[in-house]
Amino acid sequence: MAEAKFFKFDTLSLHAGQRPDPATGARAVPIYQSTSFVFDDTDHAASLFNLERAGHIYSRISNPTVAVLEERLAALEGGVGAVCTASGQAALTLAILTLMDAGGHIVASSSIYGGSRNLLAYTLPRFGITTTFVNPRDLDGFRNAIRPETRLVFGEVLGNPGLEVLDIPEVSQIAHDAGLPLMVDATFVTPYLCKPLSFGADLVMHSCTKWLAGHGVAIGGAVIDGGTFDWEASGKFPTLTEPYAGYHGIDFVEEFGPAAFVMRARAEGLRDFGACMSPMNAFQILQGVETLPLRMKGHIHNTRKVIGFLESEAYADKGAVAWVTYPELVDHPDHRLSARLLPHGAGSIISFGIKGGRDAGRRFIEKLTLFSHLANVGDAKSLVIHPASTTHAQLDAEALKASGVGEDMIRLSIGLEDCDDLIDDLRQALRAATKP
Amino acid sequence: MELSVNGHAVYAHTGGRPFDPALPAVVLIHGAGMDHTVWSLQTRYLAHHGRAVLAVDLPGHGRSAGVPLASVAELADWVVSLLDAAGVERAALVGHSMGALVALDTAARHGERVESLALLGVAEVMPVHPDLLAAAAANDPSSIELVIGWGHGPRGHVGGSAAPGLALLPGGRRLMQRTPPGVLGIDLAACNAYERGGEAASAVACPALFLLGAADRMTPAKAGRALAARVKASQVVVLPGVGHMVMTEDPDAVVDALAQHLAPKAR
Repeated sequence: MAEAKFFKFDTLSLHAGQRPDPATGARAVPIYQSTSFVFDDTDHAASLFNLERAGHIYSRISNPTVAVLEERLAALEGGVGAVCTASGQAALTLAILTLMDAGGHIVASSSIYGGSRNLLAYTLPRFGITTTFVNPRDLDGFRNAIRPETRLVFGEVLGNPGLEVLDIPEVSQIAHDAGLPLMVDATFVTPYLCKPLSFGADLVMHSCTKWLAGHGVAIGGAVIDGGTFDWEASGKFPTLTEPYAGYHGIDFVEEFGPAAFVMRARAEGLRDFGACMSPMNAFQILQGVETLPLRMKGHIHNTRKVIGFLESEAYADKGAVAWVTYPELVDHPDHRLSARLLPHGAGSIISFGIKGGRDAGRRFIEKLTLFSHLANVGDAKSLVIHPASTTHAQLDAEALKASGVGEDMIRLSIGLEDCDDLIDDLRQALRAATKP
Repeated sequence: MELSVNGHAVYAHTGGRPFDPALPAVVLIHGAGMDHTVWSLQTRYLAHHGRAVLAVDLPGHGRSAGVPLASVAELADWVVSLLDAAGVERAALVGHSMGALVALDTAARHGERVESLALLGVAEVMPVHPDLLAAAAANDPSSIELVIGWGHGPRGHVGGSAAPGLALLPGGRRLMQRTPPGVLGIDLAACNAYERGGEAASAVACPALFLLGAADRMTPAKAGRALAARVKASQVVVLPGVGHMVMTEDPDAVVDALAQHLAPKAR
């Protein structure tokens, strides 16, 4: 029998979730800049509200432009569905609030985005949801931190700022053994480099603002439901396995099977918390997703070239580079894991140390001309930040070390410029920053 | 709701309304390796439009206990037992693929219990390729890929799902991955072995709606039309761009067609 054929990644990036607009024939995804959608008649209206028919009612809950992005991201990740949100932070919050109530507990990698850490460490405890942080390389730490009230295990494919690679197969097994789902933030890798669901994760979240969009013009987030987790067998998730009085008494697993989580996240989470994505932002992010495979190839190509340059500086007698961190390098503790989970590249973030510490770091940033000095990652343009003089400037040397940020650490987000121009800019700035 | 059929617990979704045997009943029968969730929207629509609905999980599928039944004829007899258990004298049967053969066979051999038929993704015979039969019998994951890949038309493969944010292909794949080992193999063997579809169609006395996907590569619309031609009172609706997974690929068109088909007729 002929093998079943499925559209491949590059094709899905351009087409998934969209049919040419039936009203106009528009080939591009139209921006449905409308808060609400007209019902055919009163019966149609009632049917939409009562989940008897599929369709759009009000753009806080769903919107045709946003739905294309949602379905496209679900298709690219291999998930059963997705909900897009106002930001990556909204996606994380939505997922957590869909899964647990006050009294719930999360086990999270300690090496995560600062905004996510703030939410978990400081904000959610105000609502009775607490988090235990674990070194992402400490598998026993994950296992030992799980309590009876734990409802989620969470980590990032690539840690921030240490670029630790999360052992998704092992951590998901630990979570599953405890009847818990694993959610992975895959912002730094995008589905082009890694599909966490295929390695055992159950939920994936993104800040779409970064590589998925690539252009740095729109904030957005997404949570994708793998449809893999057996909520009923776990018995720890009444939001998904018991009738919900707030929505027609629906038991989401009974009603929707594998799509229970994503349906509840929309029906309750978007409806009540309201952190929806705007149609314009969805349109802009879709423009990025269409070129995701091309851009990620370019990011990885440039990143590997820049690493080659930085390594040559590190090995040179009078080189200005003290050390380089990237998961593909053989001296990175996770390089074998990286080869397994990220065979097409380990993202386009590089950390390196500049000789001369905090002062040299500051001078280096000031001498760069092509790299933009700002607090973002994943732009098509190359970005740089010196954490010790910016995001972590209030910390002394000891506190910096404790948070994994050395005084000499420079973080690069490698963009899509010609890599020779990037290397020239880095070379001249290193020389200028470290000359006696 | 839970029923007991032939000594086994059987689950049937009633569409968000309590099952009332006094109302005209509809039984929705899923296809090979699936369960009641494929009918989610249709179940709710019919239940909220004057029908008592049972979207069943066949034995050994979804939430129903027991082992899968090995032939279409056994499944058809089981449907009659289900009606008995639910206290229903006559019901409209809606079936997809293997479930359509089951509905057809029930109407042919137990015509007094069947008010009408709606058959989705159906043909007189459903020969299953030996490679797929072997893969399913061996619980090889490639069997699911074959069913999902061949089973969806352009609407499934490209997307543009009617339900906001849902991706049909991964959704179908996950549903089938949840089916216990061995079930898909038994189901496909039952489809493959059923040879009396034409004879059954000729014996059907009730009205029958055929809902066919124009892009169905498993039971091509042409074959569905040929079967419909053998039923005395048949109506055919062919949905453009739709493959074999008719009710998930175009749920609204299916709701519309069922609503019209099941509407009380002026006498």
